[in-house]
Amino acid sequence: MPEYTLKVRRYQPETGQGPYWQQFKVELDPDLSVLDGLLKVRDDQDGTLVVRCSCRAAICGSCGTKINGSSTLACKTQLAEAHAGANRLNGGDQPIVVEPMGNMPVVKDLVTDMEATHWEKIRRVTPWLLPEGDPPEREYVVPPQSMIDVTQSMACIQCGACVSACLSMEADPEFIGPAALAKAYRFVGDPRDAQARERLYDLAQDPHGIYDCTHCFQCIDACPKGVAPMDQIMRLRRLAGHEHEIDDINNGRRHESAFTKIIERKGTLDEALLLQESYAQGITGKLKPSMGAITGLIGSIPTAVRGLRTGKMRSLRKLIPGLHTKLPGDAQDHVKRLYAHAEEHGEELNLYITGEEEVVPEPDEAPDPLGSAVGGGRQHMDKLTEGGSEMAGEAAPTPVAEVEPEPDDEGGL
Amino acid sequence: MSELKLAYWPGCVSRGFTPELHGSMALVADRLGIELLTLDRANCCGAGVIAEHNQELADTLNARTFALAQSTGLAMMNICSTCQGAQSECQQRLDADSAYRAHINEALADEGLEYAKGKDGWTNKNFLWVLAEDYGLDRLKERITRPLSGLRVGPFYGCYIIRPKHRIGYELHPERDLYLEMLIDALGGEAVEYDGARKCCGFPVITMNRETSLRQAGTHLADALNAGADCLVTPCPLCHLNLDMQQPEAAKITGRELGLAVLHLPQLVGLALGADPKELGMEKHIASTDWVEERLLGAVTA
Repeated sequence: MPEYTLKVRRYQPETGQGPYWQQFKVELDPDLSVLDGLLKVRDDQDGTLVVRCSCRAAICGSCGTKINGSSTLACKTQLAEAHAGANRLNGGDQPIVVEPMGNMPVVKDLVTDMEATHWEKIRRVTPWLLPEGDPPEREYVVPPQSMIDVTQSMACIQCGACVSACLSMEADPEFIGPAALAKAYRFVGDPRDAQARERLYDLAQDPHGIYDCTHCFQCIDACPKGVAPMDQIMRLRRLAGHEHEIDDINNGRRHESAFTKIIERKGTLDEALLLQESYAQGITGKLKPSMGAITGLIGSIPTAVRGLRTGKMRSLRKLIPGLHTKLPGDAQDHVKRLYAHAEEHGEELNLYITGEEEVVPEPDEAPDPLGSAVGGGRQHMDKLTEGGSEMAGEAAPTPVAEVEPEPDDEGGL
Repeated sequence: MSELKLAYWPGCVSRGFTPELHGSMALVADRLGIELLTLDRANCCGAGVIAEHNQELADTLNARTFALAQSTGLAMMNICSTCQGAQSECQQRLDADSAYRAHINEALADEGLEYAKGKDGWTNKNFLWVLAEDYGLDRLKERITRPLSGLRVGPFYGCYIIRPKHRIGYELHPERDLYLEMLIDALGGEAVEYDGARKCCGFPVITMNRETSLRQAGTHLADALNAGADCLVTPCPLCHLNLDMQQPEAAKITGRELGLAVLHLPQLVGLALGADPKELGMEKHIASTDWVEERLLGAVTA
């Protein structure tokens, strides 16, 4: 059996010493997990090594760790895979690096305290159903297809890997964060919940809410259950800004709508106009800019002036909003027409629901009941949060292919 | 060796606030013998922002750009990590569902355009990928006239070009998140290992949460300086905006003097090909590039 070296970041607070690195060698089957390696170290070499784990099968969410710098579950990472990961760039035989999760305090060795940056934030988003009126005599009845969308966020096992990986939280610990916002979508998207708008308003107005995410995709890669928290955050933004037209204090909606309108008019980005409109849309018109927006706009002036000095902006013209030229010939008119087409339909293709279409379907593959119920997963955006009954009444488009949804693996390009 | 000819999407920022990127790309392509056919009728990729408004709109806009590129019969190249990521995301949806693709193509028909999945192995690649996969780093090495000997370069990828794993094409090209290190090495420089190489520059939230945004940029710049970097290199002009243009502001937020040159990818390649820093537009940067020039040319060209 091959021998693996585990380089573990240790911390034993009762010794009064700071954190330190310690290497252990274990002989184990390459198919076994890093967690198996750590447990073997604890059993055979050092009984003081502290690891949190329970199911060892990626179900309980206890063994979140960083392996070679990436947040994941120790039980879901094979030793061979981790060893290859540690030696990708230089080859050779570098040790597998095992650290406690990030963005949270370390209690001891690989055990972190998830209270402040995970559990408190989960409670922050009111993670329970808020239905309207008296509860029904028996169960709530909703068509299954109206729930499929939220099953993705329901798959969360609260391991904290996404929180550990979140780069926005690294800079702003108050950010509500990927796990809690994915949980928020689970209720916003639930047809039984009656407080979607109030929830969205709350999350959009929070200075550390949905508009604090930088689209870095770290949470999507870290999640062992395919929850794709960032995708859920983008859905929350789409619903808050576009659907419910919540004009948040963070300039989130202003930025999005200014950006979208500029491309409709110009085809490519007029940065000066975007800057002005993100802070103070219609500065001369109906939308009065907030105090924070004005400060933001003024704060961006020194940067612009510096750019003018080095010739980066080429001319003052580039800094005057609205002077940017549109696409040549009739290209801009065609772009405008695309807007009309897309705004009329507003379809959202959810690959979590549809999976990717097989080019040549397997002949003896059984049709998947979920896939056909949903009809290819194309849905109108405005139906996402509405009651299930309307969706049920909607004639489902004929499924183009029956593909099994694979929450854990969306497939590559 | 055959010449490489590509349909070229420069993006918006490379012709806006980072004109030195577009200029240096043209110069470098010429020296490498890569012919670029600019898609001047193409539109913005939406940068993930239009998708927040209406996903179908973002998909349609990018399908239009892909169709324009396909109509030239050439593969497509971009010079922006964000374009790459936003476009790959739309392409993934377009390729996943033929009915959806047909629906989007309906909108394009007016202009006589159509996006076809997998047409003659059509690809859309960032210049970094083109260099590593199509041009070849060995072929690049043959053209080097001024190796970047002694230059310590910190790679800064930009999130969109390396994540999420299921969309970046690692199945076919497993080393895509190592190309910058490989390229720096091929150019004769030394890749600096530091914490921020694959982290977020913070730019997407600059108008929403300025402090969080600049703290991210400032932290990565400081980490690279601590690791002994002479400069950073990035294939993403949006990262460049936060790392270079906003650097003085990031320094204020992080309470630390910074002053680290940030080069666009074609600028770094151009230096190794013997181009003059001025031709590459390096004087347009906010963070001075004097130190880099001094290391390479032995004299400050104020």
